[in-house]
Amino acid sequence: MTALRNVWALVRKEWHHYFASPIAYVLLVAWSVLGGIFFSAYFWAYLERSRATAAQSEFGMKMSLNEMLFAPVFNNMAVVALFMTPMLTMRLFAEEKRQGTIELLATAPLTDLQIVLGKFLAAVGFYAGMVVICFANLLVVWAYADTPPEWRPVLTGLLAVLLLGSALIALGLFVSTLTRNQIIAAVMAFSLSLVMLVLGWFDNPMAGPFMKFVTYFGLTNHLEDLLKGVIDLKDVVFYLSVITFGLVLAHQSVESQRWRA
Amino acid sequence: MIDVQNLTKRYGRTTAVNGVSFRVEKGEILGFLGPNGAGKTTTMRILTGYLPATEGTATVAGFDVFKQPIEVKKRVGYTPETPPLYPDMQVGEFLEFCARIKGVPKDRRAARVEEAAEKCRVADVRKKMIGRLSKGYRQRVGLAQAILNNPEVLILDEPTAGLDPKQIIETRELIKGLGGDHTVVLSTHILPEVAVTCGRVVIINQGRVVAEDTPDNLTRRLRGSAALQVDVRGDARMAEEALRAVTGVAQIAPHAAEADACAFEVTPEPGRDVRAEIARALVERGLGLLGLRQVGMSLEEIFLRLTTADAAAGESAPPPPPDAPPEAEVTA
Repeated sequence: MTALRNVWALVRKEWHHYFASPIAYVLLVAWSVLGGIFFSAYFWAYLERSRATAAQSEFGMKMSLNEMLFAPVFNNMAVVALFMTPMLTMRLFAEEKRQGTIELLATAPLTDLQIVLGKFLAAVGFYAGMVVICFANLLVVWAYADTPPEWRPVLTGLLAVLLLGSALIALGLFVSTLTRNQIIAAVMAFSLSLVMLVLGWFDNPMAGPFMKFVTYFGLTNHLEDLLKGVIDLKDVVFYLSVITFGLVLAHQSVESQRWRA
Repeated sequence: MIDVQNLTKRYGRTTAVNGVSFRVEKGEILGFLGPNGAGKTTTMRILTGYLPATEGTATVAGFDVFKQPIEVKKRVGYTPETPPLYPDMQVGEFLEFCARIKGVPKDRRAARVEEAAEKCRVADVRKKMIGRLSKGYRQRVGLAQAILNNPEVLILDEPTAGLDPKQIIETRELIKGLGGDHTVVLSTHILPEVAVTCGRVVIINQGRVVAEDTPDNLTRRLRGSAALQVDVRGDARMAEEALRAVTGVAQIAPHAAEADACAFEVTPEPGRDVRAEIARALVERGLGLLGLRQVGMSLEEIFLRLTTADAAAGESAPPPPPDAPPEAEVTA
């Protein structure tokens, strides 16, 4: 009970920081604009293609809105998330350390775990808000499509974007504990995420066991099935593992810095 | 209320705090005095559970700092030297947040914030952004934050640093007012501060406790017994003779004599007040008594003597015996 109340207090504090600085607004605007651009680009592409197939034959394959519109938009937003989450996580610990306010938190009756979780959930909560806003764009489709898209892949797609973002946030949170400079925290978080994204590019059917192992860590490789509407436990477990890993590292780092301080 | 035993903190090869022990009773105001870098902040950080100690134990309000840090943190209010504040929050919002993480129940939060803000005279800036506050206000917001949940123990690291003289006096009054209800430990390198606010002083230098007593006792003990400065008009030799004749005078040291006046520093035997006798003896011999006053050593002198003696004597030197005879020294 106390633990929950403490975490909630920290979440609210972090939200306060986001909205007291331009970061929240810049992120929301950039995210919505990019989401809108991807949506309209794929939407136009979809219209073109369906017109073309309709002209070719009467039995033209019904094209799936889910596959041709939603999945690529989510996929692109996942990459945008890679660029934006470092801005959410960079200040979380770095700024507290620079301002010396970490001493306030560390001498309040809070555990390190509560501090880490509060900060993580604050960033994830904000990010979830961003995802919902992006989704609002897509709602338009239901209003106009004669065969509405399936719900399931859309929901699993949202879940995918949310899981990926949370994993990125957990990693960024850890990186933020390592420095007192926000810019460094952001650059390191971004580089780390980018490396993990690139690992996935080595995925090919001919890959040997070692490359298979390497590509397992590809951050976006685990999105595919979810975007198709398939909840594969191993994908979900992958993201949850990355989240746990990031949080454990962050917790260890916060704790050990006190011993070394 | 606070019991520190043999506390040691090493950072790699440097030892910041070296076997520090002291006790603070309930309601007491303890001054923690030492030059910069003496280990004051480190000791305070250990007491608040911010830093772990390398060796030794510390108990605050009956709880072990290392074994039950959360219980200790619930009972300790702490302001570091630079108050930890969020510049993007309003004073009221900040205090509200602090009350939340300190576990002040919801129904009492507003009242506690109000009370702390009143006490620390920051109520008039509650709607102001902390980032725009002057140093003095920030210091006081830091203090308000510390007393929010009415903690049993207050640990204040240089609470008056960076304040103007008027604010310093106000803050001292505030801290004095907090003693009694709260047990206060405050650190400073400004000496008059402890003389004014603290009931007891611990002087720390290079990580070691070099003296511990009330400000008055420290002055007295270090001096042996209070010396007297005697200014006399007339012949120096005659005056000295007169002084020697007074019973209870242990030592006489002549000072810079002027043309027709002379001065002596007279040390009476411990516990004796010989002022009246001295005055009579001099007047009876027809000498003019120009001045007669006690020369206690100021805290500054004690402080300097303790901290420099220790430095000179090296690492293993014990603290100077408190009743060591004072060296002959000119204070005029």
